Amino acid sequence: MRFELTPRTNSSTVMRIFASIAAFITAFLIAGFVIWLMGRSPLAAFDVYVLQPLSDPWSLQELIVKATPMALIAIGLSYCFRANLWNIGAEGQYVIGAVLGGWLALRTHGTDAGLWVLPLMLLLGILGGALWGLIPAFLKTRFGVNEILTSLMLVYVAQLTLDYLVRGPWRDPQGFNFPQSVTFDPAATLPPILEAGRVHYGAVFAAIAVVVTAVILGRTLFGYRLKLTGDAPRAARFAGFSSKATTLAVFAISGGLAGLAGISEVSGQIGQLQPSISPGYGFTAITVAFLGRLNPIGILVASLVVALTFIGGESAQIMLKLPLDLTQAFQGILLLCVLAADAMVSYRIRFVTRGGGK
Amino acid sequence: MFSGKVFGALAGATVLALSATGAVAQPKDKIKIGFIYVGPVGDHGWSYQHDQGRQAIEKAFPGKVTTTFVESVPEADSERAIEQLARTGHDLIFTTSFGFMEPTLKVAKKYPNIKFEHATGFKRNPNLSTYAAKFHEGRYIIGQIAGKMTKSNTIGYVGAFPIPEVIAGINAFYLGAQSVNPNVKIKIVFANTWYDPAKEGDAAKALLDQGVDMLAQHTDSPAPIQAAEARGKFGFGQASDMERFAPKAQLTAIIDDWSQYYVARAKAVLDGTWKSEDTWGGLASNMVVMAPYKNMPDDVKKLAQETEAAIRSGQLNPFKCPIIGQDGKEIECKGQGALSDQQVLGMNFYVKGIEDRIPK
Repeated sequence: MRFELTPRTNSSTVMRIFASIAAFITAFLIAGFVIWLMGRSPLAAFDVYVLQPLSDPWSLQELIVKATPMALIAIGLSYCFRANLWNIGAEGQYVIGAVLGGWLALRTHGTDAGLWVLPLMLLLGILGGALWGLIPAFLKTRFGVNEILTSLMLVYVAQLTLDYLVRGPWRDPQGFNFPQSVTFDPAATLPPILEAGRVHYGAVFAAIAVVVTAVILGRTLFGYRLKLTGDAPRAARFAGFSSKATTLAVFAISGGLAGLAGISEVSGQIGQLQPSISPGYGFTAITVAFLGRLNPIGILVASLVVALTFIGGESAQIMLKLPLDLTQAFQGILLLCVLAADAMVSYRIRFVTRGGGK
Repeated sequence: MFSGKVFGALAGATVLALSATGAVAQPKDKIKIGFIYVGPVGDHGWSYQHDQGRQAIEKAFPGKVTTTFVESVPEADSERAIEQLARTGHDLIFTTSFGFMEPTLKVAKKYPNIKFEHATGFKRNPNLSTYAAKFHEGRYIIGQIAGKMTKSNTIGYVGAFPIPEVIAGINAFYLGAQSVNPNVKIKIVFANTWYDPAKEGDAAKALLDQGVDMLAQHTDSPAPIQAAEARGKFGFGQASDMERFAPKAQLTAIIDDWSQYYVARAKAVLDGTWKSEDTWGGLASNMVVMAPYKNMPDDVKKLAQETEAAIRSGQLNPFKCPIIGQDGKEIECKGQGALSDQQVLGMNFYVKGIEDRIPK
């Protein structure tokens, strides 16, 4: 016996939302079962993983801090993915954004440079990420090089560039030769929104990106063009949309937002350049983009959910002594459930016993 | 603190009297201790050894101390994990990787009543101590063993990152090798990771392909020494005794033994005597321990034991002056007859005879 997937013609938004909820419940049930097998209480785990982080102001704030870079990057990626272009290199665009913006912070370090430093750093961050994103886009439009490979490989180039800079020319002269830059001056530090809080203005940028993207995708010709390029490239060409221009545009947007995330993290959170400035946000954001079904609001929710699994995972280690591997497994289970639910909304499952089909 | 000492002496064992005054840190009956690890506890290297130290604390103070750990914490995103320990009633928090320095300092300033201990860093605060071990002492010994035993006169070294701690280790290793074998050559590969068995193994194989017959490693997984075992060559365990991974290849291992230090610091918090300090322990303080010398001829074993004893007694310093840099110029001797601690902690040059260049 085997089964086939046949497309449904009548999948509604209500069904999709319901399927998402069902996916979450299923994921929690599976994880709960695993926890029960480990001899721990699934209810206590649910409390520590989900309820406590969502009911405590401190962890709510941490949730936003953690979700910010993932949301920014994933919003950018949604432009590429909608147009069926595979930017896997957001991590590198994030790093180069941080490098270019960070350059100004180091350049003005120790001077009494004023208020212009921070806005310019952010712009340089966007520019750096966008330029880095345009490399695979250019290679694709000009030479037809597969963007998956080039964007991914440029991640390593970006990381090693940062590595070189903080070990060599940008190393803190007072830092015992350790590979890190000086800490940024206050003028080059993205301030927290609330005094003494940890949520910095990057969260505001993410919120703006969500709203602007919702408008662009829903209400502009450019948004329509992306959808058409992704779903029906031939039709897009007949409609006079240049696929080259689209490719360049979405990679620039995607890279720019990743770059903004990078400089925001470095200047708002880490406070200096060091060899590692991301725990893999650029890659996690790919998951976030698909969990959010490439929809801006969906991405916002997905970034918070993924942030919750990280923070809940740490709490679970501390309070319940549950291993980190469980958190990682849970993230995988969650993604699998959401994708499975999505598939079941879009397709009907038909069991074929014998003789059916080919 | 003077008043504290005097008062402590007067009060003697009367713990109550001390805590009633509030003049010194108060002794506690029960404490919670938290650990932040950069790798998985199962790395069988760096984080594994810190976890052994954690378990030693639990054993030493049954019923009085509970411990918690968070593993595989990314350095760029560690502030939250550290703060989460601070917020959940931990009295003493160990953060066990260099990259946790700034986040630890930030959280320490925010929670002045909690004690922090940061491994291998240099930024301190009234409630933040630093500690590290003189692994280079052990590396001098394994350098001598490698120098004696190599047949190809080429020895390999898998480094993690070209940071001072690793550079100092390479230099001590090479100085040890050179002291018994002036013709010995060293080949160095940086894996750019502390823990990635695949990358570490590849680096080791690349070195073995180049005719290296002795392999030292300053990365945390057993992959390099396993590669040596598979090729019938020799290696040295890193951070923990890796004999079970390479019973024929392991000559000895440089074991990081944090147990004594961790137990002492936990006791200090229990007693209310904890102070911010900088500790740099070596063979003499048992923070660095050599695994049994095996798979080597008796004369090499004897040499290793003698060197170990000489370092332990302070007779021998791996960085005794004169130290000649790669360019043939003598390094200024800022310590007493040897390089100063600061010079070793910030080392960014190779000694004469090493042909590679430090990646910059």
